[in-house]
Amino acid sequence: MKIRAQVAMVMNLDKCIGCHTCSVTCKQTWTNRDGTEYVWFNNVETKPGIGYPKHYEDQDRWHGGWQLDDKGRLKLRSGGRLKRLSRLFANPDLPSIDDYYEPATFDKDILVNAPAGLKDTPVKRPHSALTGEPMAVTWGANWEDSLGGAHEHAGGDPNIARMPSEAAAKVKFEFEKTFMFHLPRICEHCLNPACVSACPSGAMYKREEDGIVLVDQDRCRGWRMCVSACPYKKVYVNHTTGKAEKCTFCFPRIEAGQPTICSETCVGRLRYLGIVLYDEDAVLAAASVADERDLLDAQRAVFLDPADPAVRQAAREAGMPPDWLDAAERSPVWRLISEYQVALPLHPEYRTLPMVWYIPPLSPVLDAVGQAGRDDTDADDVFHTIRDLRIPVEYLAELFTAGDVEAVAGVLMKLAAMRSYMRARTLDGTVATDLLDGIGMTADQVEAMYRLLAVAKYDERYVIPVAHTKDAAALEAQAAAHPDCALDCAGGPGMTTEATVQSFHLVDGDEVRPGRPGLLSRRADGRRGLTINPLRGRS
Amino acid sequence: MTTLVWIVLPYLCLAVFVAGHVWRWRHDQFGWTTHTSQLLENRLLRLASPLFHLGALGVIGGHAMGLVVPASLTEKIGISEHLYHLTAVWGGTVTGAMLVAGLALLIARRFVNGRVRRVTTTMDKVLYTALAVMVALGMTATVGTNLLGEGYDYRETIAVWFRGIFWFQPDPALMSGAPLVYQLHAIGGFLLLALWPFTRLVHVWSAPLAYLWRPYVVYRARRGAVPAAQPTPAAVRDRAHLPISSGRA
Ligand code: HEM
Ligand code: SF4
Ligand code: SF4
Ligand code: SF4
Repeated sequence: MKIRAQVAMVMNLDKCIGCHTCSVTCKQTWTNRDGTEYVWFNNVETKPGIGYPKHYEDQDRWHGGWQLDDKGRLKLRSGGRLKRLSRLFANPDLPSIDDYYEPATFDKDILVNAPAGLKDTPVKRPHSALTGEPMAVTWGANWEDSLGGAHEHAGGDPNIARMPSEAAAKVKFEFEKTFMFHLPRICEHCLNPACVSACPSGAMYKREEDGIVLVDQDRCRGWRMCVSACPYKKVYVNHTTGKAEKCTFCFPRIEAGQPTICSETCVGRLRYLGIVLYDEDAVLAAASVADERDLLDAQRAVFLDPADPAVRQAAREAGMPPDWLDAAERSPVWRLISEYQVALPLHPEYRTLPMVWYIPPLSPVLDAVGQAGRDDTDADDVFHTIRDLRIPVEYLAELFTAGDVEAVAGVLMKLAAMRSYMRARTLDGTVATDLLDGIGMTADQVEAMYRLLAVAKYDERYVIPVAHTKDAAALEAQAAAHPDCALDCAGGPGMTTEATVQSFHLVDGDEVRPGRPGLLSRRADGRRGLTINPLRGRS
Repeated sequence: MTTLVWIVLPYLCLAVFVAGHVWRWRHDQFGWTTHTSQLLENRLLRLASPLFHLGALGVIGGHAMGLVVPASLTEKIGISEHLYHLTAVWGGTVTGAMLVAGLALLIARRFVNGRVRRVTTTMDKVLYTALAVMVALGMTATVGTNLLGEGYDYRETIAVWFRGIFWFQPDPALMSGAPLVYQLHAIGGFLLLALWPFTRLVHVWSAPLAYLWRPYVVYRARRGAVPAAQPTPAAVRDRAHLPISSGRA
């Protein structure tokens, strides 16, 4: 067993209002530069819908993620190593910028500089950020916002294509009447990352300490295999630098014990951050189980119970700092995924073991209850709808359980039961034990789950231990093993806060290299090329 | 003059080639990339890039054979001069044609597609010009002189001079008798080597063969210092509420 910790996220989809605050703050922080205009490390898409980039979930077309070969061995869907190298010169699976959208900017100067006395109001026009030419804006990062254009496009949603045809037809034709919800997506920081596995130069890596998946910008050579291998399309080409970039899980903040930008600014307060402990040696087997529908349970089984004394002992022996173990025990992510089992992974069938999980939305079901003329405050009616009126449930199953309707229905039942249970408790103080029996949870558990989902405060939603330098962690582990060791006295080397240094660093293990203006150095826009710097030699 | 062109220039170019790579590696690993533009234009590249690259690798292989392997060696292992000539000319023509077609398409792509044109740097333009000139000279030599013309046995002159450079005894006299296209092609070749480290051609040295035997998932320990723990917003808020006299900082 090889114990590792992973920083993971859970999003409660019922609370997402699709405001895109997360996308915008992330963009302001990480991708407001040349070459990344079209890049959204965090994007919010409307479901049903074809998503960003278009049809990214259609792996028959993009060949992202993993699959089992004839002998049941795990291999990248885009083929083996030799095949990948043979396709370096041109990658057949790479989305083009039109599959995302053509980024636009506006000539606002026209408004500011318009001369006085014009007869017509000056109008700013969109210009392509790629060519500078005027353009018509015909697609965007969430063009289908709130089902906009869904009657035209959403039939192409790969999740609908995979549904049983009867239900699929119903979703297609009764679209506006049926349901919709928002799906915020960031990089999944997978346990079995396809992007890392496909990177020919070994520039991408998963961090040992917290599982964050990063691109080493100095080692990336622009082979762009990671972009196509990621089934979630969460690695992007920066077309100005010619290198791959992706969501960093805001690691400088995580290291300092702070939540990611997208979580911190989330208006719906629907994101949970915490660590989970897992067994690295169990990852491959979990990703290789034969039946796609067993993947959910297999992935849950990779996680280790942080309260289990044997696990704690093993973690201590592996040098995990005590505060990390405590954080693992308090982790809201662990509770939602493993204890209450209400969070589900997005597309487990891609076999990357994604580490951003979702609590499926109950609201589409409640809408359906209303449309069927039932009472959405009545638990029985909701349960019946989940059972009989399978449209939203089957769709959710395509997203979160590889099509296993029972598994998704089970989670929705829990959420519906919690809702009814708390309503009864609040209104007249009755304890609806029949509801509890139906979902196999205790009253305490349901109330704790309710608290976590509905009213949890900042430090309950984000339980992030600060990072340690390697030595500090080892010393601390040593100190914990010998309680009377003098190392962890105030100011001693075992003091974790003393061992940390107050500085953010942008690239892992990188030194800050002040720009050296030279004949061939990088221009301000990041491009390489001849630059004649008039200040050269004078400063 | 002959000394300058056939001795000083090659060494100068090789020195720039080596020093340039060292400099580039030490100062600009961030810029060390293929600088892919497939995101911006897919259709033409899918055809042009494999054509160009397979052609280029073939042509480079051919040069290695012609320049590095002495005629006496091929003779010894039983390859007749005639057979060698046939392979060289035809192999050179076919890979050369692929190279020409691929390069022409790549250059055309940079003209016709506004998106790619916009990201084309000055260095790219210099590189494409250099490559185009080199390929034109090389094809003139192969097709013009050896396939259609009376032929020229560069293996007894140019190749010997070329190898001599690496033994530190190049004989300029071997070159001064060569036809003009060959002379220009040889000079151009060394100039291209001097240009190499400053262009995107550095990606050639990063051809990722190690990928074939490394494990799929790469784990790396975090290096460097970690930031200090930051106070939570609640702590910041509470501290802001303290009276200044209480030592709030
Ligand atoms: C050794 C194996 C090589 C590999 C794996 C390789 C790979 C690549 C890749 C992935 C690109 C980027 C294509 C794109 O997406 O835009 C590229 C571009 C390029 N390569 Fe190579 N290359 C190799 C050798 C060479 C050689 C030997 C040359 C020439 C002497 C060369 C010259 C170029 C040029 C000029 C481009 C720019 C194409 C364009 O965008 O217009 N490469 N190469
Ligand atoms: S979701 Fe993130 S970690 Fe997973 S394969 Fe894609 S880029 Fe890699
Ligand atoms: S974790 Fe950070 S980089 Fe990633 S999507 Fe959220 S804000 Fe963006
Ligand atoms: S900020 Fe929160 S509520 Fe708003 S779109 Fe993002 S995830 Fe949804």
